[in-house]
Amino acid sequence: MQFFGGSEISPSPPAPTASGNNGHMMYVFNRNGVCLLYREWNRPLRTLDAQQDHKLMFGLLFSLKSLTAKMDPTSAVEKGNLGMPQLPGQGCSFHSFRTNTYKLSFMESPSGIKIILVTHPRTGDLRESLKYIYNLYVEYVVKNPLYTPGSPIRCELFNTTLDQYVRGIA
Amino acid sequence: MAAIYSLYIINKSGGLIYYKDYGSAGRMDTNDSLRVASLWHSMHAISQQLSPVSGCLGIELLQADTFDLHCFQSLTGTKFFVVCEPGAQHMENLLKFVYELYTDYVLKNPFYEMEMPIRCELFDINLTQAVQKDRVAFLGR
Repeated sequence: MQFFGGSEISPSPPAPTASGNNGHMMYVFNRNGVCLLYREWNRPLRTLDAQQDHKLMFGLLFSLKSLTAKMDPTSAVEKGNLGMPQLPGQGCSFHSFRTNTYKLSFMESPSGIKIILVTHPRTGDLRESLKYIYNLYVEYVVKNPLYTPGSPIRCELFNTTLDQYVRGIA
Repeated sequence: MAAIYSLYIINKSGGLIYYKDYGSAGRMDTNDSLRVASLWHSMHAISQQLSPVSGCLGIELLQADTFDLHCFQSLTGTKFFVVCEPGAQHMENLLKFVYELYTDYVLKNPFYEMEMPIRCELFDINLTQAVQKDRVAFLGR
């Protein structure tokens, strides 16, 4: 155990500050994989251009979902092959993953809207917060008569409320 | 042994070299476990690309609805991951202990070929002991 003694081998960013600057970015996808919204608050590192980044993120979530659906150790029913298309809410999904530099929280609504929030690795469980953000989406975007479903979200009021809320939680 | 469902070891190129099931419902067959392992390898790599800050080393913990997946990557790129009950404690320590067993009983075995599936009786025996519940609790101390 000496090799691992004392310090952690994986470097991680400094502990979260209380001032609420720990939200990195947020994505909203619809069920076709169209990125409806991308907000970013604190992202020093960009490896890809925006479109490629969104595609990669959607691909990661999609594949992780098929992985968890296949891996589910509690259900004995036949789960089909790895990568079988799953409807929202079908099969075992996941709600977050953590690396040494960030934590990604994920929620999928029954209509296939995916909300992804990337925060500091030491933030707690954000499942309730994502539900709240989904409610904001319903209130400010879906109920906006000028919004066409499936198009990128351009609602000033939604963005400001969202920024404020994310500052409050993370 | 209820806390741990299964344990995987994958080599640096994503090939499954060890898989042990400890009683999950609907056991995976060999092909499925190979596919799952290489898929995990790719997801681990993609998660590093998407990091908002530099220095990301890939997924450490995946929290699914019915299980947690803890992953540990050694400095040489071998990945150890364990599927356990949600909220199971001390899994990082268990994985590091499995890594120790791997170095002792697999890498020091003169008949073991690097990056190939692990078939070492002593490794199996010691691993089974480590995974038993009381032992996992002991590792947490």
